[in-house]
Amino acid sequence: MSVVEFLLAGTVAAALPLMLAALGEMVVEKTGLVNLGLEGMMALGAAIAFICVYETGSHTLGFVAAGLASALLAMVFAGLVLGVKANEVAASLGLGVLGLGLSALFGKSYESLTITGLPKMGLPLLSDIPVIGGTLLTQDIVVWLSIIGAILLWYVLTRTKLGLIIKAVGENSDTARAIGYPVGIIRCASVAFGGAMCGLAGAYASTVYTPLWADGMIAGRGWIALALVVFGTWQTGRVAFGAFLFGLLSLGELTAQAVGVALPSQLLSSLPYLATILMLVVISKRNLPQ
Amino acid sequence: MKMQLVRRETASRVAMTGAPILALALACLASLILFSLLGKPAGTALYALLLKPFLSWYSFSEVLLKMAPLLLIAQGLAIGFRANVFNIGAEGQFIVGAVCASALPVYYPDGAFPLMLPAMIIAGAVGGMVYAMIAAGLRTRFGASEILVTLMLSLIAVQILNYLLLGPWKDPRGFNFPQSVMFPDNALLPLLFEGTRTNISLLFALGASVLAHLLMQNHFRGYQLRTAGLAPRAALYAGFSAPRMIWLSLALGGLAAGIAGASEVAGPLGQLQRSVPSGYGYAAIIVAYMGGLRPLGIVASSFLISVVYIGGDSATVTAGLPVAAVEVFQGFLLVFYLLTFTLIRHRVVFIAKTVT
Repeated sequence: MSVVEFLLAGTVAAALPLMLAALGEMVVEKTGLVNLGLEGMMALGAAIAFICVYETGSHTLGFVAAGLASALLAMVFAGLVLGVKANEVAASLGLGVLGLGLSALFGKSYESLTITGLPKMGLPLLSDIPVIGGTLLTQDIVVWLSIIGAILLWYVLTRTKLGLIIKAVGENSDTARAIGYPVGIIRCASVAFGGAMCGLAGAYASTVYTPLWADGMIAGRGWIALALVVFGTWQTGRVAFGAFLFGLLSLGELTAQAVGVALPSQLLSSLPYLATILMLVVISKRNLPQ
Repeated sequence: MKMQLVRRETASRVAMTGAPILALALACLASLILFSLLGKPAGTALYALLLKPFLSWYSFSEVLLKMAPLLLIAQGLAIGFRANVFNIGAEGQFIVGAVCASALPVYYPDGAFPLMLPAMIIAGAVGGMVYAMIAAGLRTRFGASEILVTLMLSLIAVQILNYLLLGPWKDPRGFNFPQSVMFPDNALLPLLFEGTRTNISLLFALGASVLAHLLMQNHFRGYQLRTAGLAPRAALYAGFSAPRMIWLSLALGGLAAGIAGASEVAGPLGQLQRSVPSGYGYAAIIVAYMGGLRPLGIVASSFLISVVYIGGDSATVTAGLPVAAVEVFQGFLLVFYLLTFTLIRHRVVFIAKTVT
C-alpha cells in the first residue's frame, strides 16, 4: 500500500472518534455550557464498549452501552452545574478525572484481550473508482452511519425549530426562558447528548479503530475534540471537515516517521493545537475584556 | 411550590470547613460501594488509601514530597480562579518551568555554573510565567478564551518536551532512553529531612501560601482580583483594569507552576525525563477548588490529596486495586465537594406559585 493509499484509508477511521465527540460537545456549547471532561467520557465509553463486545460479541450492544454510560456520567456534570450551580470548569474536570479512573478500574481485567473489529464495506458503484474507491470509500458501517448522523445533526440545528430553540438558549438564556422554553431541560438534554456522543466516539476507538482496551488509550483525543469545536467555529460541516484534517495530521505523524521527513513529528502533533489557538485569535474579538 | 437556591450573604466558617469533611465522608462511602461491587476488599483499600500514609515516617515524608508541587501550583491557580481567570494549563507551565530549569545543567553538566540552583529556579519561574502570559496576551489583545489557550499550550508543551528528550537534549550516554543527563549535585535541591526525599521545595510552597494569603486578604491588588471575580461590573465601575487582572492572574499562576516544575527536576527526578508531565497541573485544579480557593484551605486540601496519592500506591499492593482507584477517589472527592459546598453556601427556598 502506498503512502497516499494508507492515508486515504486511515484518515476516516482516525477522524471518526474526533468527529463524534466534537459534534456532541458542539451541541453542548451551543446551549451555552462548556464541558471539558470529554477525555474522561470517551475513556469510559471505550472501556464499557470493549467489555460489552468481549462478553456478548455484539458491537451494537457495545455502542449502545457506551453511549448510555457516558451520558450517565455527563449527568453528573449536568447535576452539578445546572442543579447546584457549581463552577463549570471544576465540575467538568472532576467528571473527566472520574471518567478516566472508572474506565481504568472497569477495564483492568480486560487489558491485553482482543476482539474482532467490524468489516469494511464499500458503496456500490463508488467503490470501483480507482485509488479512492478501495480506500477512502471503503469503510465500516459506523462510518457511514456517522456521516448520515452528522448530516441529520446539521439539518436539525439549522433547519428545524429545535435547532433555533437550542440557539436561543445558548445566545440569550433569559430571553429564551421568558418566551417559555424549558432552558434547564434543553441544556440537560444537550449535556446528555454530548456525553452519549463521547461514549460512541470511545466505543469506536476501542472496538473498531484498534480493537483492544488499554488504560490511557484515548491518548488526548478528548482534548483534540474540544479544540476541534473551536476550530470548526461551532458549525457542523466545519467541525466534521476539521475532524478529517486533524485525523490526517495524526496519521501524518506516522507517515512522516515512515518516510523519514526531516520535520520533527512533534511539530506535526502540535499543529492541531496551534491551529486552534490561531482560530481562537481570529474569531474571539467580541469576548474582549473591557 | 417551586424550589430555588438562594445564595447566603456570607459564608459561615462552619460551612467552609464542613463542606470538605462531608465531601470526604461521601467520597469514602461511594468508593466503598464501588470497590465492593467490583469484588475488591473495600475496607482494606480505604485503610490503605487514607491511613497507611501516616503509619511510617518514610511514607509520611513522601506525602510531604507530593504536597510541595500541588500546594505551590494550586496557590497560584486559585488567585486567578477567584478573579474568574481560568488558567487550566498549569501542567504546561510546569513542563516549561522544568525545561527552562534543566537547560542549565544540560549545558553545564559538570556543574560549572555560578549559583546553579538559584539560577535554575529563576529560569523555571520565568519560563512558566512567560508561557502562561502568552494566554494573557491573546486574551487581552484578541479575546481568545484563556481556558482553551492554556489547555492547548499544555498539549504543545508536552510535544516540546518530547522533542528535546528525543533530540538535542538526549543523554549521549543514556542508552537511547528519552531523558537528559543526570544533574550534578549543585543542581539538586537540599533535602529537608535526612533519609527521605522531601526537599526544600515544601518551604517554597508554604512561603507561597503565606504570600497568597497576604495578597488576597491584606493587599489592595487582592481586593481588586476578588472584586473582578465576584462582581465584574462593580470592578469595571470602580475603574479596576480587567486586562491587568488577567495579566496578573496568569503571571502568578505560571510563576508558581514554573517554580514547581523546576523543583521537580531539581528534586525527586534529578534529570529532565518523560515523566515530568505527571498530572500535577490538573490535580492542582482539584486541590484549589477543594481548598475553597482560600490560601489556608488549599494547604489542607493539598495535604489530603497527597495522602490519597501515597495511599493509592500502597492500595495497589495491599488491596489489588489499579492505580486508577486514586483517580476515582479524587473524582468522587471533587464532585461531592462541589455538591456539598453549593448546598451549604446556598439556602433552599420554597416559593409558592403566584398567579400573575
